[in-house]
Amino acid sequence: MMPFLLKRIGTGAITLLLASIVVFAMLDVVPGDPARMMLGMNATEDAVQALREQMGLNQPLIMRYMSWLGGFLVGDLGRSYTYSVPVSQLVAERAVVSLPLALLALFLSTAIAIPVGLYSASHRGKAADTIAMGASQLGVAIPNFWFALLLVYVFAIALRLLPAGGFPGWTAGTWPALKALFLPAIALALPQAAILARVTRSALLDVLGEDFVRTARAKGLSRNTVLWRHALRNALIPVFTILGLQFSFLLAGTIIIENVFYLPGLGRLIFQAITQRDLIVVESVVMLLVATVIVVNLLVDLSYAAIDPRLRGT
Amino acid sequence: MSGVKTLLAVGALLLATSSAAMAARTDLVLGVVLEPPHLDPTAGAAAAIDEIVYSNVFEGLTRIDETGTVQPALAESWTISDDEKVYTFKLHGGVKFHDGTTFDAEDVKFSLDRARAENSTNAQKALFSAIENVELVDPATVKVTLKQPQGAFLYNMGWGDAVIVAPESAETNKEKPVGTGPFRFADWARGSSITITRNPEYWGTPVALDKAEFRIIPDPAAATAAVLSGDVQAFPFFPAPEARAQLEADPRFKVTIGTTEGETILSINNKKPPFNNVKVRQAISYAIDRQAVIDGAMFGLGTPIGSHFAPHNPAYVDMTGAYPHDVEKAKALMHEAGLQDGIKVTLKLPPPQYARRGGEIIAAQLRKIGIDCEIVPVEWADWLQQVFKDKNFDLTIVSHTEPNDIDIYSRKDYYFGYDNPNFDKLIEELNITSDEAARKDLYGKAQKILSDDAVVGFLFELARMNVWDANIEGYWVNAPIQANDLTKVRWKQ
Repeated sequence: MMPFLLKRIGTGAITLLLASIVVFAMLDVVPGDPARMMLGMNATEDAVQALREQMGLNQPLIMRYMSWLGGFLVGDLGRSYTYSVPVSQLVAERAVVSLPLALLALFLSTAIAIPVGLYSASHRGKAADTIAMGASQLGVAIPNFWFALLLVYVFAIALRLLPAGGFPGWTAGTWPALKALFLPAIALALPQAAILARVTRSALLDVLGEDFVRTARAKGLSRNTVLWRHALRNALIPVFTILGLQFSFLLAGTIIIENVFYLPGLGRLIFQAITQRDLIVVESVVMLLVATVIVVNLLVDLSYAAIDPRLRGT
Repeated sequence: MSGVKTLLAVGALLLATSSAAMAARTDLVLGVVLEPPHLDPTAGAAAAIDEIVYSNVFEGLTRIDETGTVQPALAESWTISDDEKVYTFKLHGGVKFHDGTTFDAEDVKFSLDRARAENSTNAQKALFSAIENVELVDPATVKVTLKQPQGAFLYNMGWGDAVIVAPESAETNKEKPVGTGPFRFADWARGSSITITRNPEYWGTPVALDKAEFRIIPDPAAATAAVLSGDVQAFPFFPAPEARAQLEADPRFKVTIGTTEGETILSINNKKPPFNNVKVRQAISYAIDRQAVIDGAMFGLGTPIGSHFAPHNPAYVDMTGAYPHDVEKAKALMHEAGLQDGIKVTLKLPPPQYARRGGEIIAAQLRKIGIDCEIVPVEWADWLQQVFKDKNFDLTIVSHTEPNDIDIYSRKDYYFGYDNPNFDKLIEELNITSDEAARKDLYGKAQKILSDDAVVGFLFELARMNVWDANIEGYWVNAPIQANDLTKVRWKQ
């Protein structure tokens, strides 16, 4: 177990370093000057130059990369060009919105998908299975931003039960904050749940066709016991793989949903930073997302080992 | 006796409860599309900064009111020397910055010197270029000497970029703005909202609102939902004109259409052949159907213009008749220019709706006279680099939103590459003229020259659609300067 873990952490670190070089180099060739962006069309050239100097943009690329990397290693992500506050503060402010949102969406999608998948698999071909799989087909096909607008019209404008968007902050209390995250989480969760339910169902059906299931049934175990004790555990590996991918997707892919609900999350931050050429923020957020994906993948790999003892040796 | 007392007590109670019931709301949530990068209007061009702090948090020597007229602000009055070079400002007494420090002539000198300093990052540094020096006479009097007379000097001092800041707080204004205005900065939840609260120690007329929150809602559909659900009670620059009919039909809202200082133009690279030929530019002007662009791209919101000037300005001259939409005439001009076989050009479009939607329509109109436009969508940062800085473009659509900015056509090396010594002379004369009638005359001549030369394709003045709760009054319908002035805004009941 230990050498496996160390090896994975080592590759993770190398991946991060390579990603940082790619990200830095790519953003450097993107056209657009953050200083001109700040000062606009009417600004004189010397005012723009003065600001470039202040931002440290006149240093050569390699110097900027080294100082950024050095800062990164000691936890100093630098200062945002546009907001002129520490990037770490910006990221922390946004992460407390995006992270709970992604977790809530993940929880909702799992809570919906696993029971539906289980039920469909154990009632294969019956009416309930057909309806559930039809609905999940619809869930996969509907774009989440459209679904989000539908939710807003029903729950915020017609029924006035929930806010149409915005985020009051956790300081306003847990309940108002959760209320603000509820509709976005559903909008994010349902398409994910549809995919997950289909994966759960087909993974279970594969397992249910295996010899050991027939053996278990033959030795007199009930259908449900077989499903829960033998089949589900074996079907979990593909399910966890999808869950891992979905979490990364939820965290990074909230740009659209955060725009529809005007939530101050990481997706909005990166979107805004790109349009304003606040490159230092883009670099840091991308690195953070890369790191998250690496960690989540590691956790998924570890979960394989927990589910299937045969994988522990590798 | 006790009976009288009881009666009085009951009466007082009744009065108290009824006045409590009558008391109007004093809080307001406004929707804004763009989040400002920071809140220091003296260090950034973003309209989003001024749209929060102008007149509310920060004040200048003068201010621009809803009609675009210069009014006294921190300067209570002023005198101008006979040669029009020396302005002596008498400042209001008893004015305090929000951090408790006193406002006086030193702050004025500091602010003006800072804006025009060598290492200044003021986005409108040119506003201060005429200043020779700033002298303190006494704590309540400041004397500004100009290098040469400048007709628009008092107007320039009313810009958001010319507000007065204190040396103690100038460096931190970006995150925590400290001004002299009727509202204090309270809180900025980045990405979400900015809140200002009433300044109880304000030197002037106190404001009616206790608290105003600017909520950042960039998406047009989300903006509509926020207004309909009542989450925001005002949206001064509403981004979804498509929802106009729906909102107008709803008695909860009052929808008004105001004007702005945004001249929207089909900009032409005057230095690049064949656009250096005035005939080609005139052909383009004839080929454009302005009303079709306004209807198609802006849902009918916008006023056609024929030169670079805002129709609500008293010095405006209507030049829209100079190039009526006439495809045949346009074709004839193309023929005269030897381009009867047509040309292929690029049309670079920045992200706003007026450009992206308008661009499609204009490309179709130009195709009719043999100009084949390749549409290239670009981001803002990209536009500033490629078009504005590197001048690597043929045609582009952009709105010039700075107030009274006809002088950009006299700027050397400006992106559209226009160079006409007669026009430059006119602007120089305008700069040193302060007589209103003479200025009006010069502005008229300038508008005519730009139209004659068909420098760019003049399209329309951007409109602004205001959506406010029907119970609110005292807000600006027009935006002669980038601002959301809340100083007179109040709930009627």
